[in-house]
Amino acid sequence: MNKIVEKQRLSELVFKFVVEAPMIAKSRKPGNFVILRVGEKGERIPLTIVDSDLEKGTITLIVQNVGASSGKLCVLEAGECITDLVGPLGKATHIFKAGTILAMGGGVGVAPLYPIVEAFKKAGNRVITVIAARNKDLLILEKEMREYSDELIVMTDDGSYGKKGLITEGAEEVIKREKVNECIAIGPAIMMKFAAQLTKKYDIPTQVSLNTIMVDGTGMCGACRVTVNGETKFTCVDGPEFNAHQIDFDEMLQRLRAYKNEEDQAKKK
Amino acid sequence: MTDYSEILKQERNADWRVELRNSVANKDRVTVERVKMTEAEPSERIKSQTCEVNKGLTADEARREASRCMDCVTPTCIEGCPVSINIPKFVKYIEAGKFLQAAATLKEFSALPAVCGRVCPQEKQCEAKCFYTQKMKKEPVAIGYLERFAADFERESGKIQVPKVEKRNGIKIAAIGSGPASLSFAGDMIKFGYDVTVFEALHEIGGVLKYGIPEFRLPNSVVDVELENLRQMGVNFEKNFVVGRTASFDDLKELGYKAFFIGSGAGLPNFMNIPGENLNGVMSSNEYLTRVNLMYANQSDSDTPVLRGKCVAVIGGGNTAMDAVRTSKRLGAERSIIIYRRSRDEMPARLEEIKHAEEEGIEFMNLANPIEYLPNAEGRVAKVRLQRMKLGEPDASGRRKPVPIEGDIVEIDIDIAIVAIGVSPNPLIPACLAGLKMSKWGTIEVNEQTMQSSIPEIFAGGDIVRGGATVILAMGDGRKAAGSMHDYLKNKHNL
Ligand SMILES: Cc1cc2nc3c(=O)[nH]c(=O)nc-3n(C[C@H](O)[C@H](O)[C@H](O)COP(=O)(O)OP(=O)(O)OC[C@H]3O[C@@H](n4cnc5c(N)ncnc54)[C@H](O)[C@@H]3O)c2cc1C
Ligand code: SF4
Ligand code: FES
Repeated sequence: MNKIVEKQRLSELVFKFVVEAPMIAKSRKPGNFVILRVGEKGERIPLTIVDSDLEKGTITLIVQNVGASSGKLCVLEAGECITDLVGPLGKATHIFKAGTILAMGGGVGVAPLYPIVEAFKKAGNRVITVIAARNKDLLILEKEMREYSDELIVMTDDGSYGKKGLITEGAEEVIKREKVNECIAIGPAIMMKFAAQLTKKYDIPTQVSLNTIMVDGTGMCGACRVTVNGETKFTCVDGPEFNAHQIDFDEMLQRLRAYKNEEDQAKKK
Repeated sequence: MTDYSEILKQERNADWRVELRNSVANKDRVTVERVKMTEAEPSERIKSQTCEVNKGLTADEARREASRCMDCVTPTCIEGCPVSINIPKFVKYIEAGKFLQAAATLKEFSALPAVCGRVCPQEKQCEAKCFYTQKMKKEPVAIGYLERFAADFERESGKIQVPKVEKRNGIKIAAIGSGPASLSFAGDMIKFGYDVTVFEALHEIGGVLKYGIPEFRLPNSVVDVELENLRQMGVNFEKNFVVGRTASFDDLKELGYKAFFIGSGAGLPNFMNIPGENLNGVMSSNEYLTRVNLMYANQSDSDTPVLRGKCVAVIGGGNTAMDAVRTSKRLGAERSIIIYRRSRDEMPARLEEIKHAEEEGIEFMNLANPIEYLPNAEGRVAKVRLQRMKLGEPDASGRRKPVPIEGDIVEIDIDIAIVAIGVSPNPLIPACLAGLKMSKWGTIEVNEQTMQSSIPEIFAGGDIVRGGATVILAMGDGRKAAGSMHDYLKNKHNL
């Protein structure tokens, strides 16, 4: 049981939780995630560790209320407990001095991007960050991102804040303008697919962090299979970050719909 | 093991054994027919994931079955048991009606007799070596049923004896993983007086006993009683803790742990790497069984989904394949089919599971091997292409090797395919322990006598050492490791 020490609403559907987990706070690295479960019949859901506080022994998680399971977490308040929490899982991001980094975060994907931006900045890189959301109300972590970015570009689909347009449009402007050594993109699968296409065109090495379906998160079930460079990989142990230019995104998009019928039925109930 | 055969002889000569032996002539003993296990009706049991198929023996049935055993001078059955249980002794206790003593005898050798009585492949072990099988070509004494009977009797009597434990010696020991290997290790180490903590990555204790083997074959309540016993003896359980991730071995050493037992199992599912294997609807047996057994996806109030197909194909012929295919029937499949590349005789599954599967209307397509999965318009699996096989020469495992029949390819309509072709050792621990000697199959190398690895304070056993094996072998390893770790620590710490 892990106690929630702080809860904050970041946008209509997005919540931030600070949770007691001293061991994980100590051992986690940027790119790692946890799996948690709320209630005895709850689902195991993976969430990236956004931040940690060694002294307080806490980790920060950001979650979007999209389904039955994330909903069960989002109704919990500070002082309540999460039934099960395990981590840190997955391989840590390879952080190195590349020169100029272009970081792209879409929607709630801005949350997992945050620790990576922080780490790349601290490793001495010039970091240009593009964050995007459908509209102003859905944008998260703008202030935090600005702190570790040499430049922050905000894009909204409807132009209600920042520049109007898609995240790839904002990114392409940067790429055209100056030399980018490395890209990292996190967001909805479809966004990562287009981000990968963009950077491939300019031949810039790119990492993405995949949000596949998972069950155990320890390499035991293979629900998280993805094809990378023609080979099947398990996202939870071989990833979650992979070379964007080698991923079969169409297969991944398809696999994300594996339980769509079951989920639709659950919603009707 | 001359000592052990001496002990066996002495015990066989105990007055009560001699008297019991002489009370019925062997010619009468051999005329008794092997007991038939009462089973839930196939048409009823396939309606429920939790209805246990085997109902167990009554006390009368058990005593009568035990009376078939002739209490042989040379009990060859014991040679068939991986942990050398004193089989005649516990069987004769049953014949004498002393069921609790029978259970106590079992517990001297096996930490989880109620489990082994249910899941051991007896027909390849003890019962294969029984005098009836070997010399008389008759059905063996039902050793597995009797083992289960004694253990269940003890549990249901409410008189479970919590074994005595030595005075705490204050030395901290960690067991990694909570499957049968670690549980039996922990049970012994706590008896020796150590402070034992079992670390488990999942949110449930029990390893494959919980997430793999279904309720209809091994009820969780049976495992839970054993876990409760261990807790009462003082074993600590830390779930949601991945050793190597949540904390490293060095972190644990800093916390005072002096020695480690790795029982992390063979959790990594193998796939065949054939076209279409990543289509929706194709999954590993581990995923399917975990969703149902660990996450209760079959129950309406569970948040975890599971696919329910009309026509489910399960690839493989082992226990895992049988568990998956029978689960699919219980989740409402109209057709549930085993696809296996050899024939029924080569199937590694327990005979009883194959028989139960057949009774439940599972179809068997033997001598067939998938070569491709084909999608429907929505990109879900819709067909599997099968290569027909025939049996050739025996291979390294001694089983006849399946070879393709050129050009003989069939397609069948399916909506779910479950791949149950085996597992590989979990690579997580080896990956984070530089200097740990591994085999080319990814298993941990140990001294077979002591279960000690190339790092002196690290011992290992179960599937992480053997690859996918059995519950009883895992338990045997755990016990052996406990004994030799105890010796190692006694020396090191001058106990
Ligand atoms: C579906 C199925 C049916 C089977 N049926 C039979 C049968 O009928 N009869 C039989 O004899 N055998 C059967 N087996 C095989 C048997 O279950 C295994 O051989 C046995 O469970 C192995 O025990 P173990 O203790 O080595 O590991 P496991 O039972 O696999 O337990 C290992 C545990 O370690 C945990 N773990 C792994 N890494 C870490 C880590 N780093 N930190 C913490 N925890 C970790 C895992 O989560 C897991 O819970 C079956 C197996 C399956 C999958
Ligand atoms: S533990 Fe298994 S092999 Fe040994 S006597 Fe019992 S059923 Fe037979
Ligand atoms: S989530 Fe089960 S193997 Fe990755």
